[in-house]
Amino acid sequence: MKTTNLKFLFTSLLVVLFISCKNETNNTEQVEEATEAVSTETTERQGQAFIEDDEATPNVLQIAIGSPDHTTLVAAVQAAQLENALVNAGPLMVFAPTNEAFAALPEGTVDNLLKPENKGTLADILKYHVTPGNYSKDFLKKFKKLGQANNQYVTVEVKGDDVYIGGAKIIASVPAGNGIVHVIDKVLLPPAKE
Amino acid sequence: MFKEIPVFSQFPTSGYGYSEETKPMLNTSHGFIPWGDSHHPDISQTAGEIDGRFIFINENNTPRIAKIDLKTFETTEIIEVPNSAGNHSSSFVTENTEYVVAGTRFSVPIPQRDMPIKDYKGNFQGALSFISVAPETGNMDIKFQVLMPGFNYDLSHPGRGKSHGWFFFTTYNTEEASTLLEVNASQNDKDFIAAVNWKKIEEYVNNGGGTMMPADYAHNVYDEHTHTATSTMIKEVRVVNPIDVPGAVYFLPTPKSPHGCDVDPSGEYIVGNGKLSANLTVHSFTKMLAAIEGEKFDGEAYGIPILKFEDVLAGSVEQPGLGPLHTEFDGQGNAYTTFFISSEVVKWKLGTWEVIDRKPTYYSVGHLTIPGGNSAKPQGKYMFAMNKITKDRYLPTGPEMEHSAQLYDISGDKMELLLDFPTHGEPHYAAAMEADLIKKRSQKIYDLEDNKHPYAAFSDTDTKVVRKGNEVHIYMTTIRSHFSPDNIEGIKIGDKVFFHVTNLEQDFDVPHGFAVLGQNTSELLIMPGQTKTSIWEPTKVGVWPFYCTDFCSALHQEMQGYIRVSPASASTPLKWSMGEDIE
Repeated sequence: MKTTNLKFLFTSLLVVLFISCKNETNNTEQVEEATEAVSTETTERQGQAFIEDDEATPNVLQIAIGSPDHTTLVAAVQAAQLENALVNAGPLMVFAPTNEAFAALPEGTVDNLLKPENKGTLADILKYHVTPGNYSKDFLKKFKKLGQANNQYVTVEVKGDDVYIGGAKIIASVPAGNGIVHVIDKVLLPPAKE
Repeated sequence: MFKEIPVFSQFPTSGYGYSEETKPMLNTSHGFIPWGDSHHPDISQTAGEIDGRFIFINENNTPRIAKIDLKTFETTEIIEVPNSAGNHSSSFVTENTEYVVAGTRFSVPIPQRDMPIKDYKGNFQGALSFISVAPETGNMDIKFQVLMPGFNYDLSHPGRGKSHGWFFFTTYNTEEASTLLEVNASQNDKDFIAAVNWKKIEEYVNNGGGTMMPADYAHNVYDEHTHTATSTMIKEVRVVNPIDVPGAVYFLPTPKSPHGCDVDPSGEYIVGNGKLSANLTVHSFTKMLAAIEGEKFDGEAYGIPILKFEDVLAGSVEQPGLGPLHTEFDGQGNAYTTFFISSEVVKWKLGTWEVIDRKPTYYSVGHLTIPGGNSAKPQGKYMFAMNKITKDRYLPTGPEMEHSAQLYDISGDKMELLLDFPTHGEPHYAAAMEADLIKKRSQKIYDLEDNKHPYAAFSDTDTKVVRKGNEVHIYMTTIRSHFSPDNIEGIKIGDKVFFHVTNLEQDFDVPHGFAVLGQNTSELLIMPGQTKTSIWEPTKVGVWPFYCTDFCSALHQEMQGYIRVSPASASTPLKWSMGEDIE
């Protein structure tokens, strides 16, 4: 009895990102600019992400900040100013690519995304890593797809004991105060929009 | 806060739900229920504008709709809603308060029966109840219930102006799951907004359509003259199968478990806030009528036509925030939507769908209110956002905190935060209006001459103590600064003592209170001209004091009395007095 299924074209965004990388001439300079832009805005920031709380179970953002393997992800979240979205009541399930996963992207991709002018694209990619929900790796085996916070779907596949989200393997899971963090070995790139 | 009005829950401050007069207000087909979970107040309207006569409010858990009279700010009527469960898409009024509408959140077996839960799909139904409101008195009566497919009906809103005569309900769980809804009710890309042409169904019912089915529900009415509520059990209700009324019900596909269902002041736009969608979906009433006319259908659900999404869609606001919930309007062509996950209110323009402004809320906002913001004529200068999470907003009060709310000035292009304040309880939804609408009509006292309470005493000479078996009725008065009688003897263990207290004051804002040591109901707070009754069943022999609990006067501390309780076997004569001996 159901209505149409939206058919997403699973064309990788990688192509777009790769082309945009070609315009860069001096990576180091770009990164410094981005960092500076972020730090000036930090002073104005307020909200749940900035509450001091050493008593409750860490939330998904605090877990990411506390992980040495996720410094790139945290830098990206800060550049996209998504901190407050990750600390609310949720429940939130965050698929957290490791630094290694980010490093595996074509050279310059991350630096380019961290530029202030690409904040929208970066936010869209990051929101594609977040599901409203809180499911263990085992429970995720029941799903075929997940609806992500950027309004797109990501596939769920089971291979033996392993669970793959959009082709990325869950390599660890950390329960959080407002959901769960699943560490994954690849960066998820949203399919091209309809 | 000016006044806390008890509706579905006992309120010891005034004795509501504890006094003999008000206990019937909390009667239901499940017996006496001392509490409720109220959600959505809505003010009565005339020609689509707030008229300030009544507030209607729903009880979610044991489905009921209440009416509060804004002359006295007291709950004067409660009607139970049969065949309903989780009375959430309620209690919204039509343009002239013809109906107050109550939709069920949970679908259930109708009639209720003993059956396996797993057989939910195709067997459970959802009742949408249309409760008529008498134009003069405001008296409520369930006119009919539309028995819909077994979805969850989340929120609803009446049509306005051109769409007057229609009512819109958001649905989720069109998957008809009965377990783990957080997963199973999120499978469909689109659920529906159900568009119900209630005028068409009303006509059908007026011509004898629908069927009377056995039911069991309470109708509780408070009489201002006897100061007493009565509860009547009603044994049948009229139900309508929507497919028996062609052209009365349609489904508008709406993305991802829509929560809020809001209609703009012109009645043209129906906003469905898909709480798991990043976009806001806005349907067009004009396009809906054209799609119905042109039979632009995309299948059907249980015989109810599903209109094609593209043919009813007016537009969408793209990625304005995360977790959209509710929308209100300022009457200047702008809409304001709350976003739970991104914790903000976003102002956007109707028709162009562009985002104009956004302001953070602290934290995780649910509903928002603009005075008249859900009517045809918003009085839009202010907006307030009611939040679900408080955390560090105010000084800490341990794990449990009051909720938070923020008041914004919306008279300019940009919203301006004016005030951040804690609220009592969860501020679920609110109704607001210009004060002038109610100021002049607000009653100051109850006229003693109109008091028809059977146990009222109108002067010291009326006061008495009457024994009927083990029941003892005390006809008592209060006036600054004494009770009459204030010395009572002859009460025995095993007696049921009824204190019927009439406040003889006819002065504005001079209530008296009544409390007796060991009173295991609650105190009473009696307004000028009113009579209230508290039952006391003493368990200990002794001489027990009673006193006024409301600081009434300079001699408030002198306003007291004693009641002597003798053993069950004693023969202490019944005796009452006041001021017998002045020394």
